[in-house]
This record gives sequence, structure tokens and C-alpha cells, in this order.
Amino acid sequence: MQVDKELIEHVAEVARLKLTDTEIKRFLPQLKEILEAFEKLQEVNTDDTKPSFQPVEIKNVMREDKITDCLTQEQALSLVKNKKDGYFKGPKAV
Amino acid sequence: MNAKEIIKQAKELDKEYLFFNKIVEDPKVYGEGTLSGTAISVKDCVVVKGVESRAGSKILENYIPLFDATVIEKIKAEGGMIIGKTAQDAFGFGSFATNVGIGMKVPLNPFDKERSCGGSSGGSAGITQKATFNHISIAESTGGSIVCPASFCGVVGICPTYGRVSRYGLMDYANSLDKIGAMAKTIEEIALIMRIIAGHDPRDSTSLDKPVPNYSESIKKPIKGMKIGMIKEAFGEGLDKEVKDNVKQAIKRLESQGAKVEEVSLPLTSKYALECYYLIAMAEASTNLAKYCGMRYGAEEKVEGSFNEYFSKVRSQYFNAESKRRIIIGTFARMAGYRDAYYLKAMKVRTKIIEEYKKVFKKFDALICPTMPVIAPKFTEIEKLTPMQNYMMDILTVGPNLAGLPHITIPSGTKDKMPIGTMLIGDHLAEDKLMQIGAKLKAN
Repeated sequence: MQVDKELIEHVAEVARLKLTDTEIKRFLPQLKEILEAFEKLQEVNTDDTKPSFQPVEIKNVMREDKITDCLTQEQALSLVKNKKDGYFKGPKAV
Repeated sequence: MNAKEIIKQAKELDKEYLFFNKIVEDPKVYGEGTLSGTAISVKDCVVVKGVESRAGSKILENYIPLFDATVIEKIKAEGGMIIGKTAQDAFGFGSFATNVGIGMKVPLNPFDKERSCGGSSGGSAGITQKATFNHISIAESTGGSIVCPASFCGVVGICPTYGRVSRYGLMDYANSLDKIGAMAKTIEEIALIMRIIAGHDPRDSTSLDKPVPNYSESIKKPIKGMKIGMIKEAFGEGLDKEVKDNVKQAIKRLESQGAKVEEVSLPLTSKYALECYYLIAMAEASTNLAKYCGMRYGAEEKVEGSFNEYFSKVRSQYFNAESKRRIIIGTFARMAGYRDAYYLKAMKVRTKIIEEYKKVFKKFDALICPTMPVIAPKFTEIEKLTPMQNYMMDILTVGPNLAGLPHITIPSGTKDKMPIGTMLIGDHLAEDKLMQIGAKLKAN
């Protein structure tokens, strides 16, 4: 696989990061080294193996659909400056 | 010591060693119980109501949680006094507590200020070693972040079974790997705190609904006849000779008390756990960090431009270099076209590694090896490592973390005055056995 500037820029865009040229230059050999190391996992035969998304067996948990205490609107908004008329203020969606 | 004197000492130590991200000015005691008179420091990534909690990152600057993590609620109810938030690699991304958030402090080793405390729970380990007041630290491990710094700072550290302790109120690094645990000077204190923080929590769907033993009783039990597996590969290449000799002496101490120690091989784990761990950890981290976007809490900027422009601006400005590296690799490993070859493959290799451990635990009560292959390195040595060489320092700790197995580190000696730790690994939910054996392991 080709790890180059274009690939890093593409992945960064997907991850909502804007990298400077200096960062890309520094990251390129580092990411190459890490991804090459990951290739080693291909040696393991996992044809009949199921993935473990958790290390221990975990069952789905249900609860009754009852209303419990939660933060008030005032509390929820208390952590930001960007707010207006009881709402969070965010960037334009369209 | 009263609260005022405790805070005074914490501040003096912080000035010299930079252990804290935040010290509580006027700490309160809420309940009364087995932790009355004990000061509790908390890794920055575990939220404490009303105390700035940043997970060691700049992007969470000024975030003052409106609620307590479940472990904090339990500690407060037992009379524990929260004294502050300890320094760490941002989001836990590191083995030396050097990858701190932009503008934040790197904690210094209590035995040599030119050396690292270890990471990522570095501040927790440092203050645990230096505090002269009654103290326990709440730490967190994803791939070794409790036992590594505990070993480098000469204290006891326990990382419990995945799900044993509720993660409600933990700022996630990697959901399938994160565990909240503890550090203390003695195993008696570890037994005490684990009894309090372990147990089921309806607010964490991954927390295990299993009874919690009285660990303070477990540590008193003799170890005669217990079977301990010495991990063959952990004593091979790359291990410092004095660390090796020291851990072998620790093994002799266990044998002299009647434990049967035999060599055991973990070929798959030794060869693939590191890569498997890092791939999963980064993939999960990249999704967890998606929520930090300059809205609702944490760092914010003047709102302008489109969604993508605003989010990218905030994230690029406030994440440190290691966070960016892990986001890029983790995002890549989950992208269409690569997901099966990377992310899913690692999840399958993890299954094989868990099976390898499970087979071994049919025969043994615990496994033993050094916690870290070396003593705490100097900052000048750490600077020279590439990120991959840096990750390789975790070779002995990633296995149990990947498999969700409990593990404990006990100070077992020194090299050039720097502490060495011996690690015990147990089967799922076998924390009691680890403490039982661990209590017999400490050097006299």
C-alpha cells in the first residue's frame, strides 16, 4: 500500500483535521512505520475465527422506559460561550 | 494531617514534580466510612463534579463536569477526600506522560527528575510515591497505563478485569480496552479501594454483574500450592539484565512460600499483541475523539464558516501531535476498503490471543513477568524514539489489556536507585488471587 501525502490529506479531511505541510512531512515516515508494523497481523490465520469486539462476553442490557433526572437546560448550556436563546450556537449546516 | 496541610504538601510536591493538572483548593468530605481520612487523587480523565477535568488535553480546557463518575460517587460516600486531578498523556496516548496536552506539564520521576514517571497515569504514580499523607490514586489503563507508571515510580498498581469497575464518567480512549483501577503504596490499600470501586453499575452497560470479594481477606490467605506460570517470552531479548535478575528473585520468594512456578509459553500473544492492541486502540480512539469539535463543552472558537470548517479549525488547533497521529491512523483503519484488512483482522487476532490466555489459565492461578522491560528512561532517551519504538515499550503490558485480564504490579527492587516492578496477570475476575499472591511478593 502506498502511504503518501495525498492519502494522509484525504484521511485527515475525513477526520476533520487540517494538517500543515510541516505536520504532514513529519507524520509521513512515522505513519508508514506504524502501518507497516500492522501488516504483520496478516500472518495470523483467522479463517475460522470470530472477531472479539469486547474482551469479555457482554449481553445487551435493557431498562424500563422511565424518565429519570437529567441536566437542566441551564446546566447543559453553562459550559459554553456560544449559545443563544436557550440553544447551543453552532456553525451553519447549509 | 488535616485537609489544609494535605493541600499544602500536594502543592509543594506539584511545584517540584508537576504531578497535578488541578489541585482542589478547599477539598470537602461528603460521607463517612472506610476511606475517612484518606486523600484521593484522580487521573485527569475521570470526571469529578466541579473540578476542571481535561483528560490531559487542551481541547477540554475549562471543562468543569456537572456530575461525578461512578467511582468518585462511591469514594465520596465512603469518606474519601478528592484532592486533585493528576497529569497524564493527553487522552492516555503515551507510555511516558510526555505526550501531554498543548501547554501542559510533564510530571517528573520522584527518584530522578531527569526521568519519566511513566504513562499514561504518570502524575498518579508520582504523587502516590511522594505523598506522606494517607493517599490512594484513581488511575486508568487502556494498554498498560496503570502498571507502567506504578512500576517506574515504585508503587503498587492494579488494573482490574474489563468491566469490573464502572467506566461511567471516564473520558473514553478505547471503549473495549479502558479500565479504571488504582495505585497505592501498599497492597492493603489496593484491596480496600478495589472493594469500594468494583461492582455493577446500571449506567455502564459493559460493567459486569458479578459479586465483589472481600479483597482485604484475600490478601491474608497463604499461597502454598498455588500454580504460577512464568511467561517464557517475557524474559527474552530486550529485557534489561538487572530487571530480569530482580524478577527472578521475586519468583524465588513466591516459591519459598510454597507456590509452584513453571515456565509457560504464549507465542501468539508475544508476537502479535502489540500490533493488535495498537490497531484496535487507535481505531476506537479516532471515533471517541470525534465528539471534541468545539461545541457543547471544552474549547470553542468564534462560530464562523461551515460545520466542517469550524470543526477542523478547533480540532487542528487544540489536539496535540500524538492525538492527531492516532486519529489519522485510526480513521484510516476503519475506512471503507481497509476496514476488513485492518480493524476486523485485529479483532479476530484478539480472539486468538484471548483463547491462548484462557488455555493457560486452566492450569495456572496467575502468570508472572516483569512489568516493564527497563527502568524509567530519561527524557533525553525518550526524545530519540520514533512513535513505533515508543509503542514497543508496552510489549509486556498490552497482552493482558487486550484480553481484558486483571494485572497488578508490585515494587520488587531497584536498579541504580530506580524502582523495578514485577507483574502478575490473572484470569478474568481473579483480582483476589492477584492480591493474594502480590501480598507475598514485595521485597523485604
